[in-house]
Formats: sequence, C-alpha cells, structure tokens
Amino acid sequence: MTSLLVIIVLVLLAVALWQLTKIFDLTQVGASSDDSQVASDNDNNVQGYIMFGFLAFIYIFTIYGLLKWGNLALHTPASEHGLLVDNLMNITWVLIFTVQVITQGLLYWFSFKYKGNKDKKALFFADSNKLEAIWSIIPSVVLAILILYGLYAWNNIMFVDKDEDVVEIELYAQQFKWTARYAGNDNVLGKANVRLIEGVNTLGVDMSDPNAQDDIVVTELHIPKGKKVHFKMRSQDVLHSAYFPHFRAQMNCVPGMVTEFAFVPTYTTAEYRELPFMVEKVANINKLRAAKSVELIAKGGTALDPYTFDYLLLCNKICGASHYNMQMKVVVDSPEDYKKWLSEKTTLAQDIKAAAAAEKPAEGAASTTDTTAKVKDTVKAVIDTVKAAVAKVAVK
Amino acid sequence: MSAEAHGHDHGHDHEHEHHHKDTFITKYIFSIDHKMIAKQYLITGIIMGIIGIAMSLLFRMQLAWPEESFKIFNVLLGDKFAPDGVMANDIYLALVTIHGTIMVFFVLTAGLSGTFSNLLIPLQIGARDMASGFMNMISYWLFFLSAVVMLCSLFVEAGPASAGWTIYPPLSALPQAIPGSGTGMTLWLVSMAIFIASSLMGSLNYIVTVINLRTKGMSMTRLPLTIWTFFVTAIIGVISFPVLLSAALLLIFDRSFGTSFFLSDIYIAGEVLHYQGGSPVLFEHLFWFLGHPEVYIVILPAMGLVSEIMSTNSRKPIFGYRAMIMSVLAIAFLSTIVWGHHMFLSGMNPFLGSVFTFTTLLIAIPSAVKAFNWITTLWKGNLQFNPAMLFSIGMVSTFITGGLTGIILGDSTLDINVHDTYFVIAHFHLVMGISALYGMFAGIYHWFPKMYGRMLNKNLGYIHFWVTAVCAYGVFFPMHFIGLAGLPRRYYTNTNFPLFDDLQNVNVLITTFALVGGAFQLVFLYNFFSSIFYGKKAVQNPWKSTTLEWTTPVEHIHGNWPGEIPHVYRWPYDYSNPNHDVDFVPQNVPMKEGEEVLHH
Repeated sequence: MTSLLVIIVLVLLAVALWQLTKIFDLTQVGASSDDSQVASDNDNNVQGYIMFGFLAFIYIFTIYGLLKWGNLALHTPASEHGLLVDNLMNITWVLIFTVQVITQGLLYWFSFKYKGNKDKKALFFADSNKLEAIWSIIPSVVLAILILYGLYAWNNIMFVDKDEDVVEIELYAQQFKWTARYAGNDNVLGKANVRLIEGVNTLGVDMSDPNAQDDIVVTELHIPKGKKVHFKMRSQDVLHSAYFPHFRAQMNCVPGMVTEFAFVPTYTTAEYRELPFMVEKVANINKLRAAKSVELIAKGGTALDPYTFDYLLLCNKICGASHYNMQMKVVVDSPEDYKKWLSEKTTLAQDIKAAAAAEKPAEGAASTTDTTAKVKDTVKAVIDTVKAAVAKVAVK
Repeated sequence: MSAEAHGHDHGHDHEHEHHHKDTFITKYIFSIDHKMIAKQYLITGIIMGIIGIAMSLLFRMQLAWPEESFKIFNVLLGDKFAPDGVMANDIYLALVTIHGTIMVFFVLTAGLSGTFSNLLIPLQIGARDMASGFMNMISYWLFFLSAVVMLCSLFVEAGPASAGWTIYPPLSALPQAIPGSGTGMTLWLVSMAIFIASSLMGSLNYIVTVINLRTKGMSMTRLPLTIWTFFVTAIIGVISFPVLLSAALLLIFDRSFGTSFFLSDIYIAGEVLHYQGGSPVLFEHLFWFLGHPEVYIVILPAMGLVSEIMSTNSRKPIFGYRAMIMSVLAIAFLSTIVWGHHMFLSGMNPFLGSVFTFTTLLIAIPSAVKAFNWITTLWKGNLQFNPAMLFSIGMVSTFITGGLTGIILGDSTLDINVHDTYFVIAHFHLVMGISALYGMFAGIYHWFPKMYGRMLNKNLGYIHFWVTAVCAYGVFFPMHFIGLAGLPRRYYTNTNFPLFDDLQNVNVLITTFALVGGAFQLVFLYNFFSSIFYGKKAVQNPWKSTTLEWTTPVEHIHGNWPGEIPHVYRWPYDYSNPNHDVDFVPQNVPMKEGEEVLHH
C-alpha cells in the first residue's frame, strides 16, 4: 500500500514538473519559435553545471556505497584457492576504480568545462596516432598481466592431479534438494545412473558395483578441514549449479554427465563463526531479525529464530519454481570430528537392506503373491496381444 | 543499378505522383517506405518497452517486499498468479523470463536497430529507399507477428515461458519441470523463430543497401559511423541468428518429437524419461553463439548513434574516425569468438575456459579505444546540451561503469564466485541495457524532427534524462554489492536464507529507485506522443548537422529527395573546420578550390 502511495506521489510530482515547464514555456512566448527546442546558451550553461553536479553525485554515491555496503560483500575465503581468487579480485578492483574515477572524471569535467556558447568555436581535432597508440597499448599491457594471472589461477583451481590425495564426494542435485554421497573406505564412488533409481536408492547407485558397497548417502554435507575435497556432481532432472559462496567454488550440475570441482577448506565452521567480521555480521543480522520479529508478532505471527552462521550450498542455476529454496547445510569439521561423524553413518547397502526388512513384515506374504499374480496377468495380456497381432498379419 | 538512375525515374514531380496512389493502408500500415517502417518499428518497440519495464517493476516490488500483498499484482496478474495480491513463485520466474526476452530482442534489437537502420541507412547514404522495400515491409510485419505471439504467450493457462530468457533445457524442454515449459514455451519458440526470420530479412536488406545504394562520392570511408555500426550489426546478425534458429528447432524436436539433442538420463516426477545421449551443454554453446554477439547487436547501433550525436553537438569531428571503424570491426570479430565466457562453469573442459578468458578480455581493448575517443571528442568542444547529447554522455558513462566490471566476469577465475549472482545483473544492465537504452533515447531525441517534422520538448527531455540517470545508477550501483555478497539471481525471495537478511534494505532502495525511474519514463512517453501532434514545427536542419538526412525536406516524401540525390564531397564530420567560417560543412558541399583534407 505504501508503495502505491509512493507511485501516486511520483506521478503527481511528474505532473507538477510538467506544469512548471509549461509555465516556463509560456514565459518564452515571443522568443524565436523555431529553435526554441534547441539548446540555448542558457541551457548549455545550466546543463553544464548539472553535469558537474552529477560527477559529484557519482563520486559521493560510490564512496557512500563502499562505506555503507562494502562490508556486505563476502569476506575471508574459507578455502585455500579462495585466497588466490580474492587476491586477483582485489588487484582487478584497484584497476577498475582507478580507471572509473579517471574516465568518469574526464567525461563530466570536459562536459562542464566545454559547455558551449554562441561565441565559441570548437577545436578541429580529428585524430592523433600518438594518443590512440597510448590508449591501445596501455590497456593491452594491463590486460595481458590480468590474463596471465587469471589463467595461472584458473589452471591451479580447475585441474586435479590424478595421484593427489583427495576425499571423493558426489553431489547430487534434483528439484529442489541436494544429496551427497561419500565414497566410503575405498574412496571410490560406485557407478550410478538415474535408470537405477528405486526405493531408498534415490541416487540410482549401481549396487552390483563392488565400489558402491561402502558408499554413504547423506543430506547434510560434512567435509574435513585441510584436506582436498573432490566433488563429482550429477543432476537427475534439470540444470542446477552447486554454489559454495564462502569457498569461492561453483560448478553446474548437468543431467547426463559428471562435472567436478575441488577445494581445500581452511576454517572449520566453529572457527569461521569466531572470525571478527562474521561475529559482527551475525550480530547485525540478528538485530534486523529481532526488529522484524517485533513486527511479525504485532501482526499475530511467530518470531524469527536467531541466526547462527553455517556454510551453505546454494543452487545457482534456475531450476524451477522453488529454485529459491534449494540449499544444503555444509559443515567443516576438524579431521577427527569428520572421521567420527562419517563412521556413525550407515552405508547405502545397509539402508537398502533395512528398508527391505522394514517393508516385509508390514506388507506380509499376501502382498508378495499379489504382485506375482499381477505380473503373471500382465505377461499373459502381452502374449495375447502379440498372438492377435501375429494372427492379423498372417491373415493378410 | 546506380542510385542516380533511380533518381531520374522519379524526378521532380515525385511527391505529386504518390499523393494519389497512397491510400491509408499503403501509407500507414503496409507501407514500403523506409521512413514509415522505421516509425512502425519505433512505436512497436516503445509499446514492448512499456510492457518489459512494467514487468521489471513488478518483480522488483516482490524482491523488496517479498510475499507482501499488493492490489496491483492481483489486478495485473489475476487470481491464479497473484491470489490475494501476493505474487506466486512461478509467475515471478515468468516475469523475469519475459522481461529479459522483450527487452533484449523486441526493444533493443528490433526497436533500436530496426528503427534507426531503417530510418538512417537510406537517408544518410543518399538512397531513395532500401534495396527491397517489399522485403522491408515483410520484415516489419513478421516482427509485429512475433511480438503478438510473444504477448499471447502471457495468457496461456499454465503461464508463459519461465525458464529464464536463456531457456536452457532440460528446464525449458519438460513441462514436468516447470509449468511454463508447456504451451508458454512453445509460443516463445514460435515467436522467436518468426522474429529471427524478420531479423534476417532486415539485416540482409541493410547490408545490400549499404553496399549497393550509396550515392556518388559516398565511399565507405565517408560513411557516418551510424551506418558503419548498422552495417556491421547486420553482418553479425546474419552470422549468428541462424544458429539460434537451429537451437530453437532442435529444442522443438526434443520437446515434441522425442529426439535427444539436449537431453539425457532424466528422472523426473517419479519416472525415467527415454532421452539418452544428448547434452544441455550443446544447447548452451548454440545459444551463446548467438547470445553473445546479440549483446553487440544491441550495443553497436547505440554506439553509432552516440558517436554521431556527440560529434554534432560538440561541434567537433568525432575523434579518431578510422580508429572508431577499426574498433567496431574488432569488436564485431571478437564478439563471435567469446561466447564461452557464459559457460565457464557449465561443465565444459576448463582448458576451453582459458581460451575464452583470453579472447573475452581482448574485447576490452577496442572498447577502451572507443571510450577514450568519445571523451576526447568532448575536449575543447563547443558542447550543445540538447537532450540527445545528454543521453549520449550518459551512454558513455554507463558503458564505462558497466564495461569495467566485465573485466571481472570475463576472467574465468573471478567468474567462479560471481557467476549468476546479482553482480552479473548489475554488469549487463549497465553495459548493454541502460547504455543501449540511452543510445536509443539519444537517437529518438535527435532524429525525432526527421521522423515527425516536429521537435520534442527540451525541458521535458532534461527532466527525463537527469531523473533517469540518477535512478539508473541508484538501481544498478548498489546491486553490485548484493552480488558480491553472493546473492544468486532468479530467486523469488531471499527470506529462506537468513544469511542474506542484511541485504534486504539494499533491495528496498534499489526498488525505490526503479519505481521512480520507471515512473519518470511517463514524462518521455507524454513528450513523445504529444509532440507528434503538438510539438513545435521543426526546421530542416535543427542541429546544424553535416549528414545527408538533413538535406531532405521536413515533410516526408517517397524517394526522400524531391530533385536529384545529392552528391557527397567530404567526410561526415566537418565541424568547426578551420578552412570554413561556419562551424559545419554538410557532406554535399563541394571542396573549396585548394581545400585540403584535414583528417586521415
């Protein structure tokens, strides 16, 4: 409702401005009518000053933004390669800000300084090979450095050596849920395909594969600090993207293929929570949530829970109506805690056995015979149809 | 056949002759006159623009005040998609998708390129009309048809296409995955297929016209930069649009005939689908092979318009005319080999990512040349701040601001963490959305007298520009920060992530700026439509420009020039030439005896 009010006010404001210009136009009656809509010296002067004002606006808005929103940006990376990424990012930012300040400054300063009037004549300055060489070569050199640094970092991040000691984990995406599969003691993931999805085997793991026997399926991701985690990603339906903002890691999950990304976590969840910037951020968020809670309670709703930080895995590729709520909690444990957590988990093979056992007593023997009878009926029906078809062809 | 022979055919009594032949239908509806077709493109583009921008305001409101009830949602979206005035999550995605589609294709491709290529190519090269007026007419009406089909898709039962404007399969292929991928997506694909046919006809026409119908003396190096950019844009369009058509056709096959070009190993809604062996990554390659050149199809014409307007209003030659041409050609060439930078994280081989990082960052060089040349054009000028000039300066400003963050996104390493976040939204809206829109506004303010024989009100123009300029930065500058905070795009609401709670205030600010900026476009609409009828009558050459379109009479006639087509004797940027007393020398003025050419 308030926004509707805002809109109405804006429309009225627009009308008022229009009326003002109309009055202004009326005062111009009698002036030469033909070029009244072409900028006059007075217009040039006024607009020139506004140009200067706008330059000030851009600078002030930038500084205000950096002060006010600068700390919203992701802070300390929680992965080893994240330092490399952030370092390159900072170098690039310095470059961008320098160029931005200089070019916008020149653009609007020239606009202000060379605002026209009737007595002036512009300088005929059509080209200068020297100037053009300068602003072709300088960007080329700077970009060459950025490209080289970028490619060095990219190759470091994206390629995993075969003989590296890594923890293999499969990330499995589906509308609108993440699941993780651990490779178990052999550290080799069993084969899988969506065609094998059945009952509790929601990932379609091939249980006839010996490597699959010790695989563990979980819905909360735990990874050990200081060890390279090699994610293999699959999707069962549409494109998803596994995005770990705090680890500076992201990769699409594509149905029909396995994609990969690897990183080394450097802070456990507990350690990351204790970082000063995070303490401050969480306090700020809780302040906002408390204020919101008061509002909600006043409306008869329930209060929001206070927030504690957790690493998250988000979906970052549009995947359907509930795309906005596809997430998984990620916990970085110390290596000992990780081992302990993993050892408490049951393997998928055990889960399947347990599910089968749970099903049997509940449904009883009758249902089994029921299914057999059903299958028999179906087979019979198929045979009949085939027979009829063959007979038809034979008649022809 | 030369343009001159054409000229003799129609001669002096040309105007008279056509007065009798034109009925209302042939003059205003099925016109083959390029000036009328340009106006048809413009009006259609403006109407689509209103719809596209209005959609963005609706979903911006949802983002600022998530799941709050607004009467206007219920009025506009209906009970199904906004029960009790609360926007539903699937219509949110549909709005985002159709906003992108409309703005990129219908406003900034057809509305911008279609309008000004049609208007200016014949007028500025000295031709009576396009090479094929009939094909030109068909091109417009196919565009119109595709717009109608796209708008129809808004009213189908399950909602319009909602897989994002990039329509990546499998989401766009499977109605089980999202309701919009049913009839809505079918209509989207049909509309785009028609659109591509329209665009190809237009482009071929522009190319042929520029190559064959230039008047005597109009060598390629005497063409205004507008024509150069339209020409190059048309070439990129002809190269890349057919690839989108093939992608769309293969997608139609997958959707309707059970082929597996893009789909494989899918388990959805409790069953395994039969698709096997296809890859969504193939679709991404095909899509971006058009999709990336497309952003240059959008921005190059804007660059051409801005170059022309800046030079005229600075009363100075454009700085580095040849460098400008070379940079347009370089950008066009590079634009066709950088598409993979949209796919660094698509699962393609990381080595390919390295190659695309390299080619992508190279684009910064010709872009930097252009920006510096524009700035130098202002230096020691005699700047005339007509509204068109303001929008041109604004375009350079947003192009720089938006372009610089491209250095981050084009670098595969940095893209890892900002890919598909609001940082991307901020980047491309500034560098191609707002910049191209400013280019289009600049073009409209500058050539309105040519199109309608009347002037736009300059004071309304000033108000329009300054409010838009503040709001554009107000919307997209803070958006960089929420992107850097890791907020993914295309989220219906962020309330499920307490992590992002501290971004909510920024979202409210962005939406407020968007609503104000959107509301002030009404000032432009009022100015535009009232000036068509009540604007001050224009003089023949109101901006004291050198190019040929200002040598035609104010009242439109078929064939453009009543007499012979003017010949061209000089380049298009003889402003403040020291050999002359006046501060502009039109292209059709012969060189004085002994006058030497002062530019390279």
